[in-house]
Amino acid sequence: MTAPAGAASAAAAQGAGVRGTAWAAGVLWVALLLYPLAVGTTSSAAFLQDVGATVLLAAITACAWNIVGGYAGQVSVGHAIFFGIGAYASLAVYSWWELPPVTGIPAGVVVAALTALVIGAPTFRLQGHYFSMATIAVAELIRLLVSNWDWLGAAIGIQGPATPRGWWDLIYRSAVPYYYMYLAVLALVIGVTWQLARSRFGFYLRAIRSDERAARSLGVPVRRTKLLALMLSAAFTAVAGSLYALKVGFVNPESGLGILVSVQMIITAALGGAGTLYGPLLGAIILVPLQSATNTWFGGSGSGLTYVLYGGIIMLLARFAPGGLAEVWQRWLARRRVARRERKHVINAA
Amino acid sequence: MLLLQATVSGLLLGAVYALFSSGLTLIWGMMNFINFAHGEFVMLGMYAALLATWAGLGPALFAPFAAAVLFVLGALVYFGLIKHVLRGPMLAQILSTFGLALLLRYSSFFVFKSDFRTLPDSELSGTINAFGIFIARSQLVAGVAAAVLALGMHFLLTRTALGSRMLAVAEDRSAAMLMGIRPDRMQALAWGLSAASAGIAGALMAIAYPFSPSVGETFALTAFVVVTLGGFGSVPGAMIAGLVIGLTEALAAFLIGPVYKDVVVYGLFVAVLWLRPHGLLGARAR
Repeated sequence: MTAPAGAASAAAAQGAGVRGTAWAAGVLWVALLLYPLAVGTTSSAAFLQDVGATVLLAAITACAWNIVGGYAGQVSVGHAIFFGIGAYASLAVYSWWELPPVTGIPAGVVVAALTALVIGAPTFRLQGHYFSMATIAVAELIRLLVSNWDWLGAAIGIQGPATPRGWWDLIYRSAVPYYYMYLAVLALVIGVTWQLARSRFGFYLRAIRSDERAARSLGVPVRRTKLLALMLSAAFTAVAGSLYALKVGFVNPESGLGILVSVQMIITAALGGAGTLYGPLLGAIILVPLQSATNTWFGGSGSGLTYVLYGGIIMLLARFAPGGLAEVWQRWLARRRVARRERKHVINAA
Repeated sequence: MLLLQATVSGLLLGAVYALFSSGLTLIWGMMNFINFAHGEFVMLGMYAALLATWAGLGPALFAPFAAAVLFVLGALVYFGLIKHVLRGPMLAQILSTFGLALLLRYSSFFVFKSDFRTLPDSELSGTINAFGIFIARSQLVAGVAAAVLALGMHFLLTRTALGSRMLAVAEDRSAAMLMGIRPDRMQALAWGLSAASAGIAGALMAIAYPFSPSVGETFALTAFVVVTLGGFGSVPGAMIAGLVIGLTEALAAFLIGPVYKDVVVYGLFVAVLWLRPHGLLGARAR
């Protein structure tokens, strides 16, 4: 008797969860659209707008990682490779041929997707920890190679145009144009992820995440699915890298290909909720301001302290909430719904 | 002659690689778990040696001191963190030690600053001349001690009752429980031993090489390469692969240039992944 009632209330709770999340998402998008205008009147407008753009860029990168790291459950610790490819592509087309950096985006996407194919083909024969370890090593190998490659500026790095030669160089003093550029790309990435998650492909990814062998025995083309997910994820990560290069105008092996670039993506996605649509964005909204706050408070030594904090957060997440804040949020919604239902029952009974 | 010298010092360093990689492969063999903070354990072993000099201990006590500190740390990490994520999702397992690595590395930057350090001169300073090859005494001691300890670890696992109990837990946790073995204790012991092996290796290297908090990342990668090459979970494999990697590094540095030694090693790693994903000695792969 109690079991069906329990199941019904759980289903209702899930419905409430979806509706609650849809509401929250709507509010979030409106807030994101208005944010630069809202902070535009404050005294530190430029700083806050810049932080906003950084949040969106972190969200794009984490969303891109999330496709393969979250939905497919293949924890890549080498995504800096693809970020770096995007960043270097944008600046290389300028330093080699004086083309506007924005034209490097398609080149970066193609190179990143091909690199993903080359890296994924051998490493996807490996599972779990083994895959993560392999991605770290490949990323480190590529960072070392680029650090010694003069065409790409070796250890010094390469620069974009110092002053805009025309509107097509997309160089602005204010962060606001970048903010809206990033917001559009973020909407695209989240839209694609949303479609993907509902499609057959998305079900394949989740099946692989929960049990790769079981998925294979049910006829899921495991390797092809993982490879496609990695290529798509790599392509979006490369776009994020290019967008970074457009705004910053400079990249070196550390800022483009360093392991901390990968760490940033992983922790952002995992904090919000890996394998969820809005988790990475949520993570970015929390982490990026936290990072700039620690940097402001502790000055130059702050960056090290930021990573102490990151390490602590990651460990606590792994220990207590592997599903991230999205899991906590879903749990809370479900509990609230059930509580309300029970209250109603009590009133009816009375 | 110089080539021979590079070979000898490569093998001596390789023995140290073999020691800390045995620790990493032990954990993998017992619980299918890669400790991403293993390189940080090595780094902490180096600073444990530094603390030992500050406390006035002689070089003979560096390694035991580091072993004790790291053993306790390893067991604490198991009970506080690993035990709880072992049955959790893959992401949680990977994140747990990854977060630990970040925490340890950047806390060390904070405590010990980022400068490279060397231990003060001791009985182990200076070089010896063996048949025209010059070997730093500290490197010789480190290499020989590491080789002995790695062999010791192998015998502990294969020839003692304690080792059998640990392997029993690795084989089948619940069957081991029915035999009166407490899996938690054995796994904590494995973490302690693994961390201690890293700590000793760190302390031994600290005698011979300069170090900073950032070295852990390189050692973690070295251990990954060694463990992959040797076959996952195989201590003898890790020992041989450690020597191979030490030698490869030394020869690459000598023949191509010091900058490229890591490139060659990581390139080798990628090649092994392509051709023999279960390692050179990993014939009985899962």
